[in-house]
Amino acid sequence: MDTPTELPPARYEYGGDEFLFVELDQAMSLEANFKGMAVTNALRELDIDGVIDICPSNASYMVRIDPDRLDPRELVEELRGLEASVGELPRDYVLHTRVVDVPVLFDDPWTRETLMRFRDNHQDPSGTDLEYAARINGFDGVGSLIEAISSAPYIVTMLGFVPGLPFCYQLVPKERQIEVPKYVRPRTDTPERSFGFGGAFSVVYPVRGAGGYQLFGMAPAPVFDLDQRLPDFAAGIVFPRAGDVLRYRTIDRAEFDRIRGQVEDGSFRYRIREASFEPARLIADPDAVNRELLEVLYR
Amino acid sequence: MSDIRVHAGGLFTTVQDLGRPGHYRIGMPPSGAMDQYSASAANLLVGNEPNTGLLEATYIGPTLEFTDHRLIAVTGATASVTVNGEPVEAWTAVPVGPSDVLGFSMLTAGARLYIAVSGGIDVPVYLGSRSTYTLTGIGGFDGRKLADADRLPLGEAGTRARAGHSVPESLRPEFGTPAELRTIIGLCSYRLTERGLKTFLDTEWKITKDANRVGYRLRGGSLEFTDRAQPFGAGSDPANVVDLGYPVGSIQLPGGDEPIVLLNDAVTGGGYATTGTVISVDRDRIGQAKTGETVRFVETDLDTALTARRERAARIDTIREALTGN
Repeated sequence: MDTPTELPPARYEYGGDEFLFVELDQAMSLEANFKGMAVTNALRELDIDGVIDICPSNASYMVRIDPDRLDPRELVEELRGLEASVGELPRDYVLHTRVVDVPVLFDDPWTRETLMRFRDNHQDPSGTDLEYAARINGFDGVGSLIEAISSAPYIVTMLGFVPGLPFCYQLVPKERQIEVPKYVRPRTDTPERSFGFGGAFSVVYPVRGAGGYQLFGMAPAPVFDLDQRLPDFAAGIVFPRAGDVLRYRTIDRAEFDRIRGQVEDGSFRYRIREASFEPARLIADPDAVNRELLEVLYR
Repeated sequence: MSDIRVHAGGLFTTVQDLGRPGHYRIGMPPSGAMDQYSASAANLLVGNEPNTGLLEATYIGPTLEFTDHRLIAVTGATASVTVNGEPVEAWTAVPVGPSDVLGFSMLTAGARLYIAVSGGIDVPVYLGSRSTYTLTGIGGFDGRKLADADRLPLGEAGTRARAGHSVPESLRPEFGTPAELRTIIGLCSYRLTERGLKTFLDTEWKITKDANRVGYRLRGGSLEFTDRAQPFGAGSDPANVVDLGYPVGSIQLPGGDEPIVLLNDAVTGGGYATTGTVISVDRDRIGQAKTGETVRFVETDLDTALTARRERAARIDTIREALTGN
């Protein structure tokens, strides 16, 4: 069992005149993420004129404001108040969420080609990103690293970078968290649907573009669908939501190709189940909660 | 026919307005004109509201043929502007008619031209805006830059504007170098040593070829980070932080030697330490800086940023009043 993380006082910073950045902690923890969720949910309910965007992030959050309508200093005062009143979730608080099966083909040919093109931007130009990550995390090989990634689910702790990109944090005790640096200099190219890892976070890149995360594999199913062709995108162009629980399941090339076919003919649907859990229990015993979530998903 | 025939698209010409606010939380940046002041002025000159669809052309202007009577205005970067090969004034409402062809020579100062047409470029509104966001192919003309032979739909022109009206010289921006970008230092600036922060502010940074609507990568100095045990979840590189939100205008420091200033098509978050944010008014200025030119970051505070913003709004009001005679 982990010791609960004591959070430092929040740090309020002006991101120019249009943004307010609030750092809840420099380190990642579920406590910091849940506090950000609590404060940003409360801020949304206040519906303050001049607040344009509320963006919960991993261990911080950001608010975009129209300074012609709202003085950034007044918002800071409001947020300090919220931090004091709702900054801690009640112990019996229950989070209702979705658990989703997300297939991934690890060590695929497309991300491998990309990462080889950007070796000069990497810490270790001699191998692949998977080999590097396995070594610095003390795994005996790439196979055990992949096993560790796919064995326990992740919670979406932030959306951003580009539309629909989920930052995902694994529901395991801190000593089993996998951690890797981002590229020394970001790549200027990353294939669409790449599965990447940076810091303690895994992601699926929604579109082709720049990126700094280590590249481990490729998802056959999209997280972003501009044309909203797939049924899972009926409500919006991005699939993941903050608080979703995603399980990255290892698949082989045959299954990858089969799913690609379903995506192309418009019949693909994610396996999704409704679930709920108590954040306090998750923090105290992540293994127990993640076992229950996986049972719900594959029942 | 009420449209514009694109003879040549130029290098990177897109439809923009003042942007698409309200979707940052899913990772969608506002987009919109990089130089909001010049874009607003161009629209006002032809009798449009500032937030009307217009063209933003980077480095090389397009060649456009008109099919009906319109007023047009070109603002932003400096270039000679021609209609049917004859020079016309920039920052001025110019009448054009069917078969007239608008063209440009090379830019002599600035990086982005704004071309407004009375009635506006009437592409479909997507999530409240006509701005193009090319990374995901959203908005604008098919979500992309203009190509030869495109036809741009135009809206219905009002009757407010008059040909020949122009924005006085005193209200046109100047593009001296280095571009001075007022910056509120903060966010994760604690990652730099005192010397690192001083180097950041003292360096004349050169704009690399990786400079576009997403952001500008700069070179010219190497910044010293403080020694620390990296916090859990950040990654081991000294420039790594636990992934967080990036304000538009924020400056991040991958590797310590390649600052990136994020602009209107910004990535909305990521895991590199940020050290401050260029104030909203000076995003207009960096949007007019080009590869090979230099910029400097000048430390400022929130009060100055808010005052600069009010002054810009007042200049836009002055233009509006001068044109409408109110």
